[in-house]
Amino acid sequence: MNRFPLTLALTLAPLAVAAQDTPELIVYTYDSFVSDWGPGPQIEANFEAICDCDLTFVGTGDGAAMVARLQLEGTTTDADIVLGLDTNLTAQAAATGLFADAPADVAAPQLPVEWDDPIFVPFDYSPFAFVYDTTIVETPPTSFEELAASDLKIVIQDPRSSTPGLGLLMWVDTLKGDDAGALWEALSDNIVTVTSGWSEAYGLFLEGEADMALSYVTSPAYHIIAEEDETKAAAIFEEGHYLQVEVAGALAGSDQPELAAEFLRFIATDGFQGVIPEAQWMFPAYPIDLPEGYAALNQPETSLLLSAEDAQARRADALAIWRDALSQ
Amino acid sequence: MIAFNSAKLANGGFTLNADLSVLGGTCTAVIGASGAGKSTLLMALAGFVPVARGSIHVAEKRIDDLPPADRPVSILFQDHNLFGHLTVRDNVALGLRPNLSLSTKDRERVDEALAQVDLHDLADRRPAALSGGQQQRVALARTLLRDRPVLLLDEPFAALGPGLRLEMLALVARLTEERALTTLMVTHNPEDAARICPQAIVVTNGHAVPPQPTQTLLADPPEDLARYLGRTTPQ
Amino acid sequence: MILRRAALLPGFAVLALCAGTVLVLLMTADGSDGLSRADWATLRFTIWQAILSALFSGIVGVTFARALYRTAFPGRGFLITVLGAPFLLPAIVAVLGLLAIWGRGGVVSAGLAPFGYGPIDIYGAHGVIVAHVFFNAPLVARLVLQGWARIPGEQFRLADHLGLTGWYRFRHLEWPMLRTVLPGALLIVFLLCITTFAIALTLGGGPRATTLEVAIYQAIRLEFDLGRAGFLAAIQTGLCLVIAVAVLGLAAPSDTMRGIALRPTSTIRAKGAARFDKGLIALLTLFLASPLVAVLIRGIGGLAELPAGLWETSVRSIILALSSAILVSLLAVPIAWGLAGLRRFAAVAEGAMMVTLAISPFVLAAGLFLMIRDHVSPFAVALPMVVLVNALAALPFALRALVSAFVNAERVEGRLAQSLGLRGWGLWRIVFWPHVRPALGLSAGLAAAVSMGDLGVIALFGSTATQTLPFAMLSLMGAYQMEAAAGVALLLVSLSFALFALFDRWGRA
Repeated sequence: MNRFPLTLALTLAPLAVAAQDTPELIVYTYDSFVSDWGPGPQIEANFEAICDCDLTFVGTGDGAAMVARLQLEGTTTDADIVLGLDTNLTAQAAATGLFADAPADVAAPQLPVEWDDPIFVPFDYSPFAFVYDTTIVETPPTSFEELAASDLKIVIQDPRSSTPGLGLLMWVDTLKGDDAGALWEALSDNIVTVTSGWSEAYGLFLEGEADMALSYVTSPAYHIIAEEDETKAAAIFEEGHYLQVEVAGALAGSDQPELAAEFLRFIATDGFQGVIPEAQWMFPAYPIDLPEGYAALNQPETSLLLSAEDAQARRADALAIWRDALSQ
Repeated sequence: MIAFNSAKLANGGFTLNADLSVLGGTCTAVIGASGAGKSTLLMALAGFVPVARGSIHVAEKRIDDLPPADRPVSILFQDHNLFGHLTVRDNVALGLRPNLSLSTKDRERVDEALAQVDLHDLADRRPAALSGGQQQRVALARTLLRDRPVLLLDEPFAALGPGLRLEMLALVARLTEERALTTLMVTHNPEDAARICPQAIVVTNGHAVPPQPTQTLLADPPEDLARYLGRTTPQ
Repeated sequence: MILRRAALLPGFAVLALCAGTVLVLLMTADGSDGLSRADWATLRFTIWQAILSALFSGIVGVTFARALYRTAFPGRGFLITVLGAPFLLPAIVAVLGLLAIWGRGGVVSAGLAPFGYGPIDIYGAHGVIVAHVFFNAPLVARLVLQGWARIPGEQFRLADHLGLTGWYRFRHLEWPMLRTVLPGALLIVFLLCITTFAIALTLGGGPRATTLEVAIYQAIRLEFDLGRAGFLAAIQTGLCLVIAVAVLGLAAPSDTMRGIALRPTSTIRAKGAARFDKGLIALLTLFLASPLVAVLIRGIGGLAELPAGLWETSVRSIILALSSAILVSLLAVPIAWGLAGLRRFAAVAEGAMMVTLAISPFVLAAGLFLMIRDHVSPFAVALPMVVLVNALAALPFALRALVSAFVNAERVEGRLAQSLGLRGWGLWRIVFWPHVRPALGLSAGLAAAVSMGDLGVIALFGSTATQTLPFAMLSLMGAYQMEAAAGVALLLVSLSFALFALFDRWGRA
């Protein structure tokens, strides 16, 4: 790397001083996690207060692209931890052989589903949902068919780059299987655009570029708590909602394996979980008291989730159906 | 025939005053130093320089408010008189029909005009394949077809060799006479002026001086003209 | 003479690098899956959107140029100068501006709402094409204006004199000129649109309207399917090469950015036609200026919201831009000098360099990545890669300007210099430098501005640790911090234009 003095000077100079004495833990995550409005900065401060280390979050774009990035970097990666994959990607990530098992003494999470993954530690979850503005959409759709038949405009995310996008893909696949193509074709005139990440899609929705955006049932909590705005709600579909469980995992090639293990244990504590509800706007994976605004959320009765193996097995086919249906 | 009535011609920042009339059916030279405004006089006649004050009449008819194409004049520029993508025949035919849809009779007239300037065997060539003198002859053939009473020549032969220039002058003189044209010719060369133009207008100090006999003018030039001609009056 | 031939070495190095890139991609390419239904749709869309974009850019550009050529009004020279601006505008900034005008929540939708017309939708094929016309119509207009300027004034007078109006005037005066200028101009637009990335990514609206360039990006960055990436890159490069070679034979475009002072030649025009032209100019100016004004207005509000630490990002972006400018100068000056010395072969050799246009920045980056991936993480060298790839992208434009500068210098003063026995440093300083300097300033400015706004390579291999201004902007847009994003957009545009102006002014001083 020192063959490229320009990069070195530009990217590492500010870090070089700190890196000399304290060990540095590099965590790859998606961009919105590290942004000034995401949970990253607070979690960084909380962990650095107890670890005597330097925690560096590196935003690598959108969540689902992280596995590809790891594959691109291979063993040359600087990352010690990858944070922000979900169960649809963990099987693929594990198959790269780049990940190490989680320490055995990480506390058991409290999730709507069983958790026995040896590598990945969940840190939050929420069912996916289409979020709408109650002042604009008076009667929200109650199923995918209703949505497809309506003239509501929606924004969704690309399943190849974004975990919500992938979640929607698996949601539709779980419900429709090989008939998903017909539903996607029916939805295609509702789709304003397919964005690469969640925040872009949600931003477009807030800017008025669409009536609904694919997001989470927890998203309205942000508006209720942070903005005292009760006009945003999640549309509840009778056929059930697919679940996202977001996870973190340590890399086998890490030069800080103990620090990495310490971070995975830290995920289960209040220092991490306490930041989730009001910065990540998701349900924490470990029991803590939720802020009041969460009580007002619409919640689905049925949760859907494919196992990591099933999701991995279905993904390529589901993606091909999606691309073919939407490219016409 | 041509009358500039207290005309003030405004060409950008430059103005030229002209209050004169030109005899019909003959050639009149326009002489003067470079930048004195010789071309401005012709451009105003052809409609490319506006008349700020006064008026211009041709054959008792006011013309300075007419668009260039409707004026009773034909003009030959020093250069670029032909369209490069058209054949010689088409370039000449433009003088007859701007849309180039010619009747048999029109075609005959085009060939006739080309014959008058001795170019009938080059009719299918493009201008790039012609010499400078031939190109100007093509343009001259077009003015014949346009058949306008006034012919304006803006130094069209300046770039030609002496022999060719004399030939062209003879052609102009012949056409002027045969067709009773009123020809105005801008030239740098006093001999050219003397050769075919009985009268000459001197353009100097922002004024166009009314025509005088060319011979007398050249024999006893006013001071400005003398300096221009390289003949300073002996002290 | 030997030294002069040796000056071509960097040119061979560039060609070798490009050839190597293509070779590596071909070796990696895995077409065994063939093209899926979606891939065919991508290929079809890539081609027809580029054709339509070139066509509409041509129509708008020629209309604009024609009106501008014929009409005198205050500020005309300024307007012609700023026609160069969209070319320097970072695509992501333009997208933000276009959304503010044409988006569902934009000015036009808001204006239509009271009349009962629903909000208009910019995402999809038409959005991509509108953005491309926004970018490329001014480019066409400038190229064509130069063509108009080359028509001798006498010919316009002649047309007036002979009473050529309407169609016949166009047919005899303007069409012959357009036939030489337009193919080259449209080719440039077509190639730029074939390899479009930021616009298709942000405005395409997903698989419906995606281009090969985006598909290559997705294959590498999202699917880690290098075989597929190589396969798609090979298709794209082949496509561009075939078209480039076919069209370059028709006509050569001339230098793109230089301001031109023009004055309409005919003095007497129908009032109605002049009014029509003025209306046309106003309308097209509005189309081109409104997104910029939107960026400006929103950006001023957003300046207060700029995230802390942005200065570091700005400095990084500026250093990137300067590095690209320096690199392109170091490459282009010797190559152009060498090419100009080839005389008869100069055009052929320059054509070879133009071929680098056919290799998109993305394809280049992907190939470079494949070459180095066993040795170093591509993300660690993202910034040098941005510098290199953008310098190479600016190289054909730089060469075009510089080669003609050298040729001109030799034509105008070459004999004089020879008879005075000028050689070596003296020859350079006295004969070449005054001609080369303006072209160099222009090219360096272009490279700086293009690198500053790069979102291709940085999207492929960037991360928050190597954040540049466009990347920061994309992240902010992603985090729906539109105010702050608009602030960064304004900063980015100002810096891009300032750098370009600085270099250009240095060149002309």
